[in-house]
Amino acid sequence: MTTANETAVAKYRNNFLKEVEATVEEGHWVKMCMQCGVCAGSCPFGPHWEHSPQKIFMMIRAGKRDEVLKSDSMWMCTSCYNCMVRCPRELPITHIMHGLANYAYRLGLSPKGQPNQAIAKLFWDSALKYGRVNELKFSLAMYFRDGFVQGVKNALAMQSVGLGLMKAGRLNPMEIISGHTCKDTSGIHKMIAKAREIEDRRRGLA
Amino acid sequence: MTKKQYAFYPGCSSQKGASAANYITSFGVICDKLDIQLNEIPDWNCCAASIGYAEGGELPRIVMGARNLALSDQHLPGQDIVSGCPACWLANREATERLQHSTSLMAEANEALKEVSLKLRTDFNTKSRHFTEVLIEDIGYAGMKAPVVKPLDGVKIAGYVGCQANRPYGIAGESFENPQYLDKMIETCGAEAVPYDQKVTCCGGALAFSEPEKAQALIQDIVGSAYDHGADLIVTPCPLCQANVEIYQSEINKKKGTKFNMPVVYYTQLLNVAYGGSIKEAGLDGQLIRAEKLEKIAGK
Repeated sequence: MTTANETAVAKYRNNFLKEVEATVEEGHWVKMCMQCGVCAGSCPFGPHWEHSPQKIFMMIRAGKRDEVLKSDSMWMCTSCYNCMVRCPRELPITHIMHGLANYAYRLGLSPKGQPNQAIAKLFWDSALKYGRVNELKFSLAMYFRDGFVQGVKNALAMQSVGLGLMKAGRLNPMEIISGHTCKDTSGIHKMIAKAREIEDRRRGLA
Repeated sequence: MTKKQYAFYPGCSSQKGASAANYITSFGVICDKLDIQLNEIPDWNCCAASIGYAEGGELPRIVMGARNLALSDQHLPGQDIVSGCPACWLANREATERLQHSTSLMAEANEALKEVSLKLRTDFNTKSRHFTEVLIEDIGYAGMKAPVVKPLDGVKIAGYVGCQANRPYGIAGESFENPQYLDKMIETCGAEAVPYDQKVTCCGGALAFSEPEKAQALIQDIVGSAYDHGADLIVTPCPLCQANVEIYQSEINKKKGTKFNMPVVYYTQLLNVAYGGSIKEAGLDGQLIRAEKLEKIAGK
């Protein structure tokens, strides 16, 4: 069976820019980057990235497909929008980085075990399950993502904070049993499945 | 006087027993004094936030927003959609703009909305706004000042605007690098806005959870600068900023040997106390680090 990645490689050959333009959210903006580097200097997580947005955009044009899609850079985005409001060409950099992350993830190329990828997935799963995020279950899922022993350690380390929040009425232990939920969760599940089906079809991932 | 009506999108963190429950509590006195009525959108769902990108992608994320917009239009037609959470505001506003901008995206979103028996008008362009915009634009600073009965005299406050209350949309007429609106609101309450160089620094957002070391370095700057400028407390318009900047102070103290104990409150809590609200009405009993100066005024 051909994977989505193999299909994409065969379809776009060596033209990675064309692939990004066709499949990545706001990807058609990438060619507008003039390599000024303001984004690179504006990122709060700048020192921790493998490649800055500026580098990523040039690498896309240079056809460095593997290096871009396997980079951890897009996963370091805090969604602060500094790069986006400062870009002199007004590129929606934040959205492009999110789009690249999503595309790499869907192709199965994104770095494995990347913590921000884990939290992004857990957040979405929690939001979808009940229609609204269950903060308690979401937090616990985050702490326990590396197994039970590590989870207990993580939870114990944050125990005083958790108890403080409970005392302040900002964390409800009952959420573990019954939390806030939308009435039409089954409708929401169908709606999102449909949206995903449409988008996958459009992006050639179906 | 007839009340100003708004469709209200609370967002997940503002629900009862959630991390920003005290934020919404503090809206009560303000809405009463300023004749604002917030009508909750029935069966609203999560806005998908920015962090939804990895699993959500583009269309599913925008469709989450589109359902809320369609529900609001159906049940509360013509009312601006208001949220207290910058991330919700951003998601609602972005969904509206993206759908308006692209007829194909609108068609796709409506195809998905059929699954929940909803439809978004193709000419839908109701404004999505942050609660600060309602106060600044519809009430005005003079209007906000009118009900003040207990000016917050002598309280020194660092106005921490953060990211998404400021970028990419921000408040009309404000700069991204040095917005003034929060300082003006602080002064409207009779308090002193101290100079504050970390006003628009990122707190790490959702990544405070997954990248604690990196986010806590930012939070250390945010809190440290408030101390450097003599602030008694930090005020913010964002539930995630509030939680991150308040909650992780004890962690930073453990790791870095600092002695941080800086209260972090919402702008609505300042207004609430200035309008004569009690500690409970202002949600000050929801602080991990108690805002003693405000409690003293509220308790008078």
